[in-house]
Amino acid sequence: MDFKQIKINLKKDFTGYKKVKVAIIADSATQYLAQAIRGIGYERKLDIEVWEAPYDAIDITVNDDKSELYEFKPDFTLVFLSVQKMKTKFYKTGFDAEFAQNTINYLKRTVSVISTKIKTNFLIFNFPDGLDPVFGNFGGKIRNSFSYQVKKMNVELMDWMQNDTSVSLIDLCGLQSMYGFSNAIDNRLYISSDVHFSMDFALEVANNCVQVIDVYSGNSKKCLILDLDNTIWGGIIGDDGLENIQIGDLGIGKIYTGIQTWIKALKDRGIILAVCSKNDELNAREPFEKHPDMVLKSDDIAVFVANWSNKHDNIKYIQSILNIGFDSMVFIDDNPFERNMVRTYLPEICVPELPEDPADYLSYLNKLNLFETNAYTHEDKERTQLYKAEALRNAASLTYSSEREFLKNLDMVSEVKAIDLFSIPRVSQLTQRSNQFNLRTVRYTEEDIKRIVSKNDAYTTFDFSLSDKYGSHGLIGIIILEKKNDETLFIDTWIMSCRVLKRGMEKFMLNEIMKFAQKNNFKNVIGEYLETKKNIIVKDHYESLGFYKEKNLWYCNVKEYKFNSCYIKNANE
Amino acid sequence: MNIPEILADCNKIFIDELGNPSIVLKPESTASDIEEWDSLTHIQLIVAIEKHFKIRFTTAEIQNFKNVGEMCTCIQKRISK
Repeated sequence: MDFKQIKINLKKDFTGYKKVKVAIIADSATQYLAQAIRGIGYERKLDIEVWEAPYDAIDITVNDDKSELYEFKPDFTLVFLSVQKMKTKFYKTGFDAEFAQNTINYLKRTVSVISTKIKTNFLIFNFPDGLDPVFGNFGGKIRNSFSYQVKKMNVELMDWMQNDTSVSLIDLCGLQSMYGFSNAIDNRLYISSDVHFSMDFALEVANNCVQVIDVYSGNSKKCLILDLDNTIWGGIIGDDGLENIQIGDLGIGKIYTGIQTWIKALKDRGIILAVCSKNDELNAREPFEKHPDMVLKSDDIAVFVANWSNKHDNIKYIQSILNIGFDSMVFIDDNPFERNMVRTYLPEICVPELPEDPADYLSYLNKLNLFETNAYTHEDKERTQLYKAEALRNAASLTYSSEREFLKNLDMVSEVKAIDLFSIPRVSQLTQRSNQFNLRTVRYTEEDIKRIVSKNDAYTTFDFSLSDKYGSHGLIGIIILEKKNDETLFIDTWIMSCRVLKRGMEKFMLNEIMKFAQKNNFKNVIGEYLETKKNIIVKDHYESLGFYKEKNLWYCNVKEYKFNSCYIKNANE
Repeated sequence: MNIPEILADCNKIFIDELGNPSIVLKPESTASDIEEWDSLTHIQLIVAIEKHFKIRFTTAEIQNFKNVGEMCTCIQKRISK
């Protein structure tokens, strides 16, 4: 991607792409960044409208009630204070040891003023670090050095974010370390136009911002599919044998240990791992079970496919078991032919091109930042176990004569409760990430959910966990009911995780809604289906549950409701 | 390289970067002659020219080119260094 391509993209037709509004507030010139964000958004099917605050006029923009910022109503507000300008300010203060704290306080004030006017997510750039220009290494020993203050600001910024879900980081400092100062900054642009990034680096920064925005729009990678030979170990297991593949601390093996360590950490974070290899299955599994230097073990892999079929067919099989979109999968393979085959047959899946030298694989993959996320919950850590249990269930389902028999024998139990402090992060995450079984696709931040939960005169919430004899699915369903008046409940949110499709869970959930409605003398429950590209599976949801349609809404009469039979027990009954 | 050759290469770069195939550069051309050539695209052009000729202009040079001819002379001086 270069600026020429950005310019070409800017002229393209964005019709049908998801609209996102982004405001940039900065103390330097940001036109390139703004163009690059929109141009890169095109590649991700995002129609990003960018509004730039007037040049170096943050306070005026923020404090003016009639500011265009507040008319624009951005979904995201980028706040970029340049470290070069900050340096000048710092030296004017005479080496102020409180500089970092004051700057962070200034940022907090700015964010809080904007938050009183509009609802927006803040993406705040942190501050690139370097050897202290005045004190050198000694800068580490005194609080009065700029390098100390910059490091402190970066930590303070992250500490602030731990408790404020509307504020997120753009790790400019991390990016600049990756690309190097001389690549990140073009002194001539800085001097002549107050542009604080080189042209090429502006693209990297924009790409990073778009990655974060994309995750908030519900697009994140959930699964990594691995080739084996010469991808996660050196050599070919079928030819070289267990003793001769390269893995471990020595020589070439070190490359693959590094890659596996990264993959294992991704798995521990909640990325599902699958294997797709052209091998005999016994050979392919052997290293996972017997090689002492393997970081990845059989238990880490949710779906293991090794045979001689086409990789794209095998990946389709993996997708069918995991039941997630191809666009949330990444496939890595050292073989350019296989990569191209998969790209051709499954264009939605992300297949990174790899550099020629395997020693460069890991840093190359890390630079791509494929697995950007916006939450980390208990469920994430357990995800591989969840999907492995799912594979067992799938196998068991084949042994029963009918689906009913199978469901009956699962011994399903659901725990139902109001959304509480413990479930808020997971609930928010489900609203952000669920695309398929999601009736209205309203995205909520943790702050939004807190607000909803606190207004219990206006809203009633339920979260649902499901377990069966194979294990727990965790929290898999959410319902948010809005009390329109004394007689009417509106289903504001109905989300279910796709891993519990075809279990009768939706019937169970509706029964719970109706129990609540009857107990509190409501007469009508109203549902709405808002179509997106991805939620077609629930198009007939309300109809199949017996709702009737009037205009664009679905109605259910509480008195006449016949409770659905299903094989799920309520844990509290 | 002589000046007409440099001018021809620059012409290709202008067409490519600005996405306008009808651009015809002359030594006396300035930003006001070419619609897409503004202060923003100027930087884009400079970076593309630097990459193409494997040279680096100074800040003063970038700011002081009066027309395309002066830029070509500067490029020639830099390549021969």
